Amino acid sequence: MPWPKETKYLGKPTPRLDGPAKVSGRAKYTTDAAPAGMLYGAILRSKWPAARIRSINLEKARSAPGIKAAIPVREGEFVVRYYGEELAAVAGVSRQAVLDALRLIEVDATPLPFTVNELDAIQPDAPRVVSERPNLGAAETQTTGDVDAAFAASAAVVEGTFATQVEIHHPLEPHGDIVAPEGDEYTAWCSTQGVFEARNDLANCLGVPQNKVRVLCEHMGGGFGSKIENWTNRVLCARLARAAGAPVKLILTRFEQALSVGNRPSSFQKLKLAAGADGKLTAFEMVMFGTPGHAAGAGDQGGGVTFLPAPYIYPAPNTRVKKSKLAVNAGPATWMRAPGHPVASFGMEGILDELAVKLGMDPVEIRLRNDPHEIRRREYQIGAEKFGWKDKYRKPGASPGPIKAGVGCAGAGWMSGGEGTQAEVQVNPDGTVEVRCGTQDLGTGSRTVVAVVAAEMLGLDPAQITVRIGDTRLPPSGLSGGSATTASVAPAIYDACEKTLAELKKLSGFEDPRGARWREACGKIGATPLVVSGRWREGLSTGGAGGVQFAEVEVDTDTGFVKVRKILCVQDCGLVVNKLTCESQLNGGIIMGIGYALYEQRIMDAQSGVVLNPNFETYKLPGPADTPDIEIILLDMPERGVIGVGEPATVPTAAAIANAVANALGVRVTSLPITPDKVLAALGKLPKAAAQPTEGRMLDEAFTRVALAPVIPPAPPSGVRRRKAYA
Amino acid sequence: MKRLFSKKGSPVRGDSDAAPSSGVSRRDFLKGLGTTALSAAAMSAGGVAKELAQTNAERTYGPGPVPVFLSINGVKRILQLEPRVTLLEALRTHAGLTGTKESCDRATCGACTVLLDDVPVYACSMLAIEAQGAEITTIEGLANTGELTQLQQAFVDQDGLQCGYCSPGFVMGLTALLRKNPHPTEAEVRKACSGNLCRCGAYPGIFAAALKTAGVKTASKLEVIHWHDHALA
Repeated sequence: MPWPKETKYLGKPTPRLDGPAKVSGRAKYTTDAAPAGMLYGAILRSKWPAARIRSINLEKARSAPGIKAAIPVREGEFVVRYYGEELAAVAGVSRQAVLDALRLIEVDATPLPFTVNELDAIQPDAPRVVSERPNLGAAETQTTGDVDAAFAASAAVVEGTFATQVEIHHPLEPHGDIVAPEGDEYTAWCSTQGVFEARNDLANCLGVPQNKVRVLCEHMGGGFGSKIENWTNRVLCARLARAAGAPVKLILTRFEQALSVGNRPSSFQKLKLAAGADGKLTAFEMVMFGTPGHAAGAGDQGGGVTFLPAPYIYPAPNTRVKKSKLAVNAGPATWMRAPGHPVASFGMEGILDELAVKLGMDPVEIRLRNDPHEIRRREYQIGAEKFGWKDKYRKPGASPGPIKAGVGCAGAGWMSGGEGTQAEVQVNPDGTVEVRCGTQDLGTGSRTVVAVVAAEMLGLDPAQITVRIGDTRLPPSGLSGGSATTASVAPAIYDACEKTLAELKKLSGFEDPRGARWREACGKIGATPLVVSGRWREGLSTGGAGGVQFAEVEVDTDTGFVKVRKILCVQDCGLVVNKLTCESQLNGGIIMGIGYALYEQRIMDAQSGVVLNPNFETYKLPGPADTPDIEIILLDMPERGVIGVGEPATVPTAAAIANAVANALGVRVTSLPITPDKVLAALGKLPKAAAQPTEGRMLDEAFTRVALAPVIPPAPPSGVRRRKAYA
Repeated sequence: MKRLFSKKGSPVRGDSDAAPSSGVSRRDFLKGLGTTALSAAAMSAGGVAKELAQTNAERTYGPGPVPVFLSINGVKRILQLEPRVTLLEALRTHAGLTGTKESCDRATCGACTVLLDDVPVYACSMLAIEAQGAEITTIEGLANTGELTQLQQAFVDQDGLQCGYCSPGFVMGLTALLRKNPHPTEAEVRKACSGNLCRCGAYPGIFAAALKTAGVKTASKLEVIHWHDHALA
């Protein structure tokens, strides 16, 4: 790797450049922009989980005070398939005016039967979510080796069923846009993970050439995968702006965030795992299904239901995997931070621990014997030593009560990698520098990454560099997804800076224009600034990030309450670009993983078909009090180049916590989130009726249906698919 | 009948021990509720109706815009607002102060936290007309343009933020804490943050920022080690 060995900024802690603006309220997000003459938009949503919409009468709304435009989501009759699906939208002079006008819209609809929970929807006589096809899709199947013979010949075989919930992204900045028509052009402020993708989507839905649309995203309040898709609210915002001939701002409410802008799909996984007496895995079998909402089977929008890699990170020579998507009347899934991986990790790491117990083997030892990833094996060893695993690990249930302590571990792999970014460096005659790159900063610190790399390469202080990002008038960069941003952007900045130095050398005649003679060198440019382009190139970044986590929990066996005491994370980052923001990314991934493990789940009501917890009082995010002692060990390997870390750290947290809870209790809670009621049920402290969601005849029958479902070839891995889709 | 909300104190965040006697804490609120329930039970139905009528007859506002007198960051403003406009919307849309953020709009996430006479409140769950007579401090009012308070600087240095959308709320909540208690323990810092949510998970940096401002040294739990130093055993 050509990255410098001795560094001044690379790998050191640099406070984020936009920190002062963000902590003082000066940073302008999409929600804060207000172009002159701006109108407010709002959406009327379906109150039916399923209905045929006969007609939508907008006349009264259109003539209400202050209303400038009212549009239906589509003309003619159509079917809605979930509670909260978009029906119509209005734009007017104030928020109050549009909220009043929404109430004046008359919808003639015929409610249809619906099904919102997986075990109901998989029944053969369940109402069809999409009338043309059964709710359960065809099954992707992969088989290697002779699975049945291998199970029969193995020293130990364990079976288990695991379930994971629907999780909602809930970035604190809601989804939203402002679209402003100006003559035949449009300027749009979008809260998006990809300004160029948003531009292309807007041009497409407005029917205008791409060069007539400019998208801006100066600051962005989090996305976690949910702000990649071109959701209907953006389309409606654009159409309202065109209809009104004025800028329209359409920001979703927290309620709407829970309905129609994506989620992490659920899973039910029936697993069987076997090993020889030496702990080496011999056979793996999985039958799984899950729901991406109403969109199952409709192409790529499955958002990772069947993308989950199986067996997760620990291969077995004989495997049989069958995975299927199931449609329900609920909002669509989409990519969410490491799609598929936390889901797969929870099942695999859990069953692997069960196998270790059966073999009388230490959980770390069984992982070392089966993990083919050299870096991760070292991480397990380093982590076990730092965590004090040997002292802390006891046989499951050995901890005295009533508050029992337990420990667990789990690993992660993520493809990361990056490509396809361009950048521009402008050097002014007075020595100041502007770096321009059409990427966006979701909160990950990509703006600061640009400055750190440029400062290192040009021998300047990061504060001397102006960074311009978040604008489609800048050199293009790809979307921020797949932990690809840093690995895409940093090489492009490197390349542009390297070429800038070569130009400066020519213009100034200095062997090395950096350092004390920088100003003097820049003075020789002449009156016109020097502008040099660069692009991502091979050899500066790579993919394949490995990480492991160790969790220590305490479980109150009287109340069922789980408290995470400590998480220790060992993460491979390749070349660390900014130590400070890298640490924050890992902290954030872990804390989000704690939410997935213990608190978060979308709850659907079978009777009414509505989302029961579309707010933060009842959809529980991890809060300050839930933050454990987090210790992070970065495995610095500059020779590997830049690798993104946004996603890997959130992968193993839930599995490690679940294993720690099982270690504490001596019985396993087999579904996420691990709520007090499930802990008490696992301990047999609740009446029989309160079984775990992974038990029961209905679930057994569901797995049988998946096993009998028609077979299709496996889909390519999600990373490849995603990059292709958004190349 | 006892007022459930004081004119100034609604809705005070439940985490706030910073509430001075003029404000109303959640505990006081519940106490007030108890008294009301008791006294209502003790009164005849007719008595309750009469009292309610009296209370409601005090003044009728709206539904159209009415002049609302607000003192924001030391500046007196007269805004023409419908009475149903929240303090948050008044600040963001009518006063042009967009530093205060809207995220949950129902008093859970704390992104909209402002100070009312030094007490942190959720601006999303209070009407602008209720804030008349109080001194409102928003994130823009903490320091002069271009400068940062010690706490704000510590947020930047400790990376107590990622996307930054929750930051104004955390800064306001912790500012109130530090004004009342300049040397909090970590437990007190965590408690003061309990009315705020951060989806990016910047909590460790946020705690460190508050403690640094209070003069408490915190050690980073980050260690960078090199591959070659840790060969497989």
